[in-house]
Amino acid sequence: MKLLNTILAVALSGFAASTMAATEVQWWHAMGGVNGERVNKIADDFNASQADYKIVPSYKGNYTETMTAAIAAFRAKEQPHIVQVFEVGTATMMAAKGAVYPVEQVMKDAGEPFDKSIFLPAVISYYQTSEGELLSMPFNSSTPVLWYNNDAFKKAGVESPPKTWDDMKDASEKLVAAGYKCGFSFGWQSWVMIENYSSWHDLAVGTKENGFTGTDTNFTFNNDHVKARIGSIADWSKDNLFKYGGRRGDSLSMYTTGECGMWMNSSAYYGSVKKQAEFDFGQTMLPVDTDVRAEAQNSIIGGATLWVLRGGEDSEYKGVAKFMTYLSSPEVQAWWHQETGYVPITTPAYELSKTQGFYDANPGTDTAIKQLSLNTPTANSRGIRFGNFVQIRDVINEEMEAIWNGSKTAAQGLDDAAERGDTLLRKFDRANK
Amino acid sequence: MLKQVHFGPSYIPYLLVTPQILITLVFFIWPAGHALYQSLLIEDAFGLSSEFVWFENFEVLFADEHYLGTFKRTIFFSVLVASISMGFSLILAAMADRVIKAAMVYRTLLIWPYAVAPVVAGALWVFMFDPTLGILTYGLSMFGYDWNHKLNGNEAMALVIIAAAWKQVAYNFLFFLAAMQSIPKSLIEAAAIDGAGPVRRFATIVFPLISPTTFFLLVVNIVYAFFDTFGIVHTITQGGPAKATEILVYKVYNDGFVGLDLGGSAAQSVVLMAIVIALTVIQFRYIEKTVEYS
Repeated sequence: MKLLNTILAVALSGFAASTMAATEVQWWHAMGGVNGERVNKIADDFNASQADYKIVPSYKGNYTETMTAAIAAFRAKEQPHIVQVFEVGTATMMAAKGAVYPVEQVMKDAGEPFDKSIFLPAVISYYQTSEGELLSMPFNSSTPVLWYNNDAFKKAGVESPPKTWDDMKDASEKLVAAGYKCGFSFGWQSWVMIENYSSWHDLAVGTKENGFTGTDTNFTFNNDHVKARIGSIADWSKDNLFKYGGRRGDSLSMYTTGECGMWMNSSAYYGSVKKQAEFDFGQTMLPVDTDVRAEAQNSIIGGATLWVLRGGEDSEYKGVAKFMTYLSSPEVQAWWHQETGYVPITTPAYELSKTQGFYDANPGTDTAIKQLSLNTPTANSRGIRFGNFVQIRDVINEEMEAIWNGSKTAAQGLDDAAERGDTLLRKFDRANK
Repeated sequence: MLKQVHFGPSYIPYLLVTPQILITLVFFIWPAGHALYQSLLIEDAFGLSSEFVWFENFEVLFADEHYLGTFKRTIFFSVLVASISMGFSLILAAMADRVIKAAMVYRTLLIWPYAVAPVVAGALWVFMFDPTLGILTYGLSMFGYDWNHKLNGNEAMALVIIAAAWKQVAYNFLFFLAAMQSIPKSLIEAAAIDGAGPVRRFATIVFPLISPTTFFLLVVNIVYAFFDTFGIVHTITQGGPAKATEILVYKVYNDGFVGLDLGGSAAQSVVLMAIVIALTVIQFRYIEKTVEYS
């Protein structure tokens, strides 16, 4: 609990420094490095565009740290107006009804015009209530894509990027035969190989429409399809067709150093790949598992949204509403999308990027948005909403690692993950009665 | 017969201890009390709804096979960290004790790692052993060994143990060396005249005489391995792969600050608090009394 107090102290000192010229709006975010500078630019540009409100962005560490800091600040009644929360924290935020000010409500109360229909369905469906109310403002959204190394493909004699999992196997065999250390790897494995694999093939991750219609849900990702796919990948790893490279983005270097010819992870690695890879890289849609479905459904997003926390003055929420409008304007969104590789969250921003010729100049950069809007999302491909999901993802990580290192079979590991996950879901139910 | 001097009642002693007591209350007693209270609650992250459940968090904890696994893992980790770092520093101290030329240089170099923060120490080892980019991984692959601590739990455990032990060698070295240098030279010289070689002298004279230091360091090292290794585990493995390096203090962080299960995490803190209290009692009550000082 010492850590908690430190966080509170830091949070307090941040607030003491505010001055009283324009109405200040605090924005806590989790974008470090180059993306942090881009966030600052957005805030600066907004502040320069008008004189009534001043957005003050503060970097609070990674996603988990930012969310924990905001929660600790809320408990100390020192919360920011806007906090950036990653998609797996959605259920936790939703359950905190007294703390969260739904963004649609914010816009309405502030009298700010707000047209929901311009947002991409695959993006906002993740953050709506079952009645259709938008709870948080999508900011940085991405989806996993298949990154590949064109030079390696040429050397190994792979003619075109894989479209199916059978192609994945073929291409990986050729790569390994040509002397590459491994065929493919992936990061954020729960997101890519469980959540997105399921939505891509219209399979449910859990009951109750993936948790959208109630918290009394159970996991169903331990079905035969997922077991078969994970099991085959585990088998392939014996011949180095697949190589595990760690959680989150840890395996990025395996791809950018040319060790593995293919890599499945977020489209938002575009900036990093562009900077690090010294080969002709490309991105294409995730492979389809023809044992499950002939055609892909649509993938789901990852990334974060901006949540508004209650407890401030009405005038401050007017500023929040103005900023939200600015943030979702086509110019800002198109710029953010082209710089980072996150998807444009509105159709006008997508259209603008097209007319600016961005996709012609950078082929493949529209893969993510094409995947997300491939079909109208179904109950299985709208997104997922499970309580305690941050912890559950760790459980899935642990069990999948046990599968990759051979200490469990795919069936056993996934059954254990589902069982342990269900326990955490019940715990969430209990704490959020 | 001593002269009796009488002091009148004075506020000065109270004034002098007040800052210390205030600091203890604010930074130790209050948070500890808060943790105790929190461990009896089931609460959502925002503190909007909370339920007083007595000891249910503890019952859940001790019925959880993963928690018991973490317990065993922590003991294994601590014993290995303590024995490797103490064994190593004992050898180094015994050698440094005999060095005559440039003794200061050796000592200074050996003390350096103590100034390295745990997170930085962890980062150093991460760089050296990175499965793709690490220099030592590259070296191992020349011998045909494929190192990947992100997949292999035993390798991950070995890595955090080495990193944690390495970090503590300097501290142990300092204490061992000081203890060895406080042994009267006459004892060692007498043994040398009687024909005892360096190994014999170490085994029969030096080692028994530094036993109070050894016991002190044993407790300090176990406490270190239990509590101060968080930064190392966090930078190197984050408890993975598949929980292989998740020790108690890391689980507290993970459940509380990542998982936002405050009650369960607080219950684990209380268990840790009990362990550290027990270790302190052992040190003060038992070791300080039974070990004889020369």
